[in-house]
Amino acid sequence: MINLIRSLGRWGLGTFERQGRAHLFLFNMLLGIPGLFLRFSLVVQQLFSVGVLSILIILISGLFVGMVLGLQGYNTLVDFGAEESLGVLVSLSLVRELGPVVSALLFAGRAGSALTAEIGLMKSTEQLSGMEMMAVDPIRRIIAPRFLAGIIAMPLLAAIFSAVGILGGFLVGHGLLGVDDGAFWSQMQAKTDLYDDILNGVIKSVVFGFVVTWIALFEGHDATPTSEGVGRATTRTVVHSAFAILGLDFVLTALMFGDE
Amino acid sequence: MPLVKIRDLHFYRGNRAIFDGVNIDIERGKVTAIMGPSGTGKTTLLKLIGGQLRPHQGTIEVDGQDVHKLSHSQLYELRKRMGMLFQSGALLTDLNVYDNVAFPLREHTDLPESLIRDLVLMKLQSVGLRNARNMSPNELSGGMARRVALARAVALEPMMIMYDEPFTGQDPISMGTLVNLIHRMNDAMGLTSIVVSHDVAETAEIADNIYLLSDGKIIEQGTTLQLKHSSSQWVQQFMQGLPDGPVPFHYGGRDYADDLLNPEENA
Amino acid sequence: MMQNKSTEIFVGMFVAAGLAALFMLAMKVSNLGDFTDETGYQVTAEFENIGGLKVRSAVTMAGVRVGRVASINLHPVTYNAEVTINMYPQFDNLPLDTSASIYTAGLLGEQYIGLVAGAEEEFLQDGDVIDLTQPALVLEQVIGQFLYSKAEGDE
Repeated sequence: MINLIRSLGRWGLGTFERQGRAHLFLFNMLLGIPGLFLRFSLVVQQLFSVGVLSILIILISGLFVGMVLGLQGYNTLVDFGAEESLGVLVSLSLVRELGPVVSALLFAGRAGSALTAEIGLMKSTEQLSGMEMMAVDPIRRIIAPRFLAGIIAMPLLAAIFSAVGILGGFLVGHGLLGVDDGAFWSQMQAKTDLYDDILNGVIKSVVFGFVVTWIALFEGHDATPTSEGVGRATTRTVVHSAFAILGLDFVLTALMFGDE
Repeated sequence: MPLVKIRDLHFYRGNRAIFDGVNIDIERGKVTAIMGPSGTGKTTLLKLIGGQLRPHQGTIEVDGQDVHKLSHSQLYELRKRMGMLFQSGALLTDLNVYDNVAFPLREHTDLPESLIRDLVLMKLQSVGLRNARNMSPNELSGGMARRVALARAVALEPMMIMYDEPFTGQDPISMGTLVNLIHRMNDAMGLTSIVVSHDVAETAEIADNIYLLSDGKIIEQGTTLQLKHSSSQWVQQFMQGLPDGPVPFHYGGRDYADDLLNPEENA
Repeated sequence: MMQNKSTEIFVGMFVAAGLAALFMLAMKVSNLGDFTDETGYQVTAEFENIGGLKVRSAVTMAGVRVGRVASINLHPVTYNAEVTINMYPQFDNLPLDTSASIYTAGLLGEQYIGLVAGAEEEFLQDGDVIDLTQPALVLEQVIGQFLYSKAEGDE
């Protein structure tokens, strides 16, 4: 019994300690960001590995999610004789929810895990330590550019996801199911608001990008420097990112759309 | 005045004392070796000198500055004058050999690319790997990686260099090359070298002064000759690599016969 | 260096694609397209009940969109809803006695204002008031009335 309480206590203390380290780490990263504007090429390189390399999975998933939305939405709406509203259904689901959330989940799986593995391996092969001894701060030189690139890439990826998804919904709705294309676009335009829907979706994806990249980089930097430790850290990145994305999505949705 | 002055150093990992009141002086322009069995915290000592770890008690002064009282930027300024050679080489895997050696120059100086090229080729020439400059780190053998790392460590012309187990896991030829290089670098560039190792023969060959470390304490200190003729049995065992002696072959614990006769205590 | 260049090109294309997607969402999907032609004239109309009418709801005449609802207030004296309408500038020839009603698009759709042209020679101008209005149909009232009349008829 005493042992159980003791292990509970140790777990609690350990969690607090990790939280503390994670926030200290975030603080150091943020300190490193202003200097990046003098050497933006570092960020561009990371935008390549974080953004460009994620684009294929985003395009394909976006297209299919949009097409599924078109099919499912049509089947439901046609019962009410409201299939003209398919455009609204597709655009609002994508722009408000699925675009930011699904692309963030994919981003965590594709780019987040890669970041954790990369940083973890750099740590286990003493590259970070070696850089410190060369008087180069690895947080500023290695971590901060990746952090900024993640924050920049995420909303762009989410926007691409939503846009491709809407096209996918249109292809299915108009091409396959014969919904009138004028009604599809005009209803969509009438009901989708620039500020309430699109801007809020962008804000969501910026928040997700911030959190996912933070988790991924921290897990890598905090990993036990063995191959097993890096593997565990990579898994933790994906799991914790998914929790954070879905939890934060609820909070943000309640704040943004709750009072309608 | 010594370049590195360690006084009353205490460092703990958990409840175990890695260093328990250690005093070390590292003389300028000399090769100082720090030897001891595996797990005595030799690498930890280098990290303490480099300011990557903080001691629990005691001071470390490098060139008159207390390493652990410096601000972040002062510490980084000091590190520019220290080189460190990691056991693995710690080369940046996404850069090729040339860019690895150029890395500290590009980070810390505004030299034009043509001058950087001359400097990098000069450093690579001195470790004999000028023609390997387009290779990527994972194509290099362990010994070559260490030589590239050495070229990188001296790129900024530091005042001292710390070698972490430079000879471990090397074949005899590259071992010989490294011994030779460390010796030559030290004399030609007027460096101060700290070599952490447990390879007795190679280290004894180049060291001007040797510290023997065990159980968190300095057991013996002196030149190679002095150590070879030390009266301490422990020193004799370590220097000659005897399997049994003051450090027993068997890990401490219960008596063998007792253990066989009373098995229930293990269950 | 060569590799660096192609990295930059790819990143440039990625950022351009992302911005293009955002632009498409803003222009093609949302109602931003309507913001541009708001420099028309404003008229007001008073309704007894506006039902579910909202700011930015459509204003149409014969099914053609001619403006948008700019603001909705409660009149301090009459306690009617006072709706300000932004008319698009090209529709500057609507008669002064145009009437306004609130309709619902489809059974479950949005509510909008429908205008019907009158016969006056003069045209509506900035700041004018539409006098002839018809309030929104509230479904509960209609059903209530229907049930009431049905019950009376049965007796």
